[in-house]
Amino acid sequence: MTILDREKKLENLEKELKRLDDESAQETIKQTINEIKKTAMKNLTPWDRVLLARHPDRPKFNEIVSMLFDSFIELHGDRVFGDDSAITGGLAFFNGRAVTVIGHQKGKTTEENISHNFGMAHPEGYRKSLRLMQQAHKFNRPIITIIDTPGAYPGVGAEERGQSEAIARSLYEMSHMSVPIISFVVGEGGSGGALAIGVANKIYMLENSIYSILSPEGYASILWKDSTKQKEAAEAMKLTAHDLKDFGIVDGVIKEPVFGAHRDKENTVKIMRKTLENALRLYDHKNAFEIRNERISKFRNTGFFQRFNYENLKGVY
Amino acid sequence: MKTELLKKALKRHKALKNEFKNTYVNDQNKATKPDVPAGLYEQCPSCKKNLNKKTLVVHHYVCDKCGHHFRLRALERILLTLDKHSFLEKGLGFITLNPLFQEGYEQKLETARKKSGNDDAFVYGYGEIEGEPCVLGVLDSHFMMGSMGSVVGEKVVKSAEYAMLKKLPLIIFSASGGARMQEGIFSLMQMAKTSSAIKELHEQGLLYISVLTHPTTGGVSASFATLGDIIIGEPGALIGFAGPRVIKQTIKETLPEGFQRSEFLKEKGLLDKVVHRKDMRIILSTLLQLHKPRNETNDNT
Repeated sequence: MTILDREKKLENLEKELKRLDDESAQETIKQTINEIKKTAMKNLTPWDRVLLARHPDRPKFNEIVSMLFDSFIELHGDRVFGDDSAITGGLAFFNGRAVTVIGHQKGKTTEENISHNFGMAHPEGYRKSLRLMQQAHKFNRPIITIIDTPGAYPGVGAEERGQSEAIARSLYEMSHMSVPIISFVVGEGGSGGALAIGVANKIYMLENSIYSILSPEGYASILWKDSTKQKEAAEAMKLTAHDLKDFGIVDGVIKEPVFGAHRDKENTVKIMRKTLENALRLYDHKNAFEIRNERISKFRNTGFFQRFNYENLKGVY
Repeated sequence: MKTELLKKALKRHKALKNEFKNTYVNDQNKATKPDVPAGLYEQCPSCKKNLNKKTLVVHHYVCDKCGHHFRLRALERILLTLDKHSFLEKGLGFITLNPLFQEGYEQKLETARKKSGNDDAFVYGYGEIEGEPCVLGVLDSHFMMGSMGSVVGEKVVKSAEYAMLKKLPLIIFSASGGARMQEGIFSLMQMAKTSSAIKELHEQGLLYISVLTHPTTGGVSASFATLGDIIIGEPGALIGFAGPRVIKQTIKETLPEGFQRSEFLKEKGLLDKVVHRKDMRIILSTLLQLHKPRNETNDNT
């Protein structure tokens, strides 16, 4: 029974609760609801979290921005080719402070999703994001990015216009920006497409979001030649927020309400606001050089390997 | 305990290198294109003609009938590119670990080590091309498709740092299927790490030439491989972000002829040059000469 089935059961019970008038029957249903709520988030498998991260009602970029920031003004276009609707960016106030906000845009309905290309960006999207970041760098504004994408779009046009180069250039410039960059992974964080706006000083993840090198389906089909093994793949890939916190890749995990962020968006965004406030406060007294170097050394030290120093061991063999 | 492990690792490295040299390198007449059955002839995967192995070696592992460029091992590439006896390998002693405890990863690594003669997919060191000093890094597609894990990422960064230390230009030959899936998020982060190192290199005003060989896709093409001051492609090399199979599945159409090949990329303005393997040495050495810092006598004139 996946988390979505359990959620459906809960919703049915809640409907029934409204329908019923008998108090004793209501009482028993309330009890079952409470029990479900209590046990629901225990023993969540990684696959459950993948399902939650892809939940169609999950808070999207525009919802989060409208709750987290004031007077958001969207800016369009990469000045070279066009405007990508899969990545939205612009300026806004956060607690009275000007910031640049960039994020992947997904939709709720199929039409919306098609118009936003399911949050899968083309090169012009990454070039737009880079343009806005360079602007932020010029005017010394912190950059907030909101990550929610299955990955960069694999298509003929994207390849023709240099998808690789756009992502690489993004990583290249972001790593040496001298303004603080704070990233939130709110849904799916898929491979290079996510990292291209995620080279940040601090990366926070919502509890039920995922961040991985490719989708569990892709992993299963490439490594095990069996794309139906996505559940096992999700287990093996260690893509949940808590795993990544243990690895030191992300800096914090933001707690979500029972059954995921979409059940109580206001509260989730409230915790995000608190986290963002604290994160930005860290950089108030740091100069550009320190901010830049912190990010460089953070990424310089990622990796998991061992090294023996051959030079020190001359004559051993 | 640690020294024990270390001795073992050292021994293995030496044995691997020796075995590899004896099999593939030392005797050029015996040298064969690897992973094909022994014999005098081998089939070109492109035009299906049978080629004499001796002529293949003479032609830099390029089919003389159709110009198909065979995939090279790191050591073969180094020997083809650099002056004789000028290579000094750096960054030894990295041990690839299994951070996510993936089943079968260790065995895969072991077979890949035997197949390629290296500890991991990236080799770098000091070298000279026609007397011009440089730092040369080579990705070996015979080692798990040249995929970038923690060790490859670290060694790419180390090669850039070595170039900065010695104030030398950096040349990297890429051949990779992308990030190494078995290392999960760690290999994804190597993309940011290597890109950041290349940025550092650029800020110091050093030359970085990236040569893309067959195939360069995924995480490698979306990081250090496409960030060169000069980007060169080998003829017919597959270069792109997503693999052709994935694109085909997504758009559900057949792809145009020559899509994602070097010539196509050059047409789209993503490559500086497509260079045949036999001309690679001369082009690289000329580029190195062109970027030599001007000395004082030149400044006065």
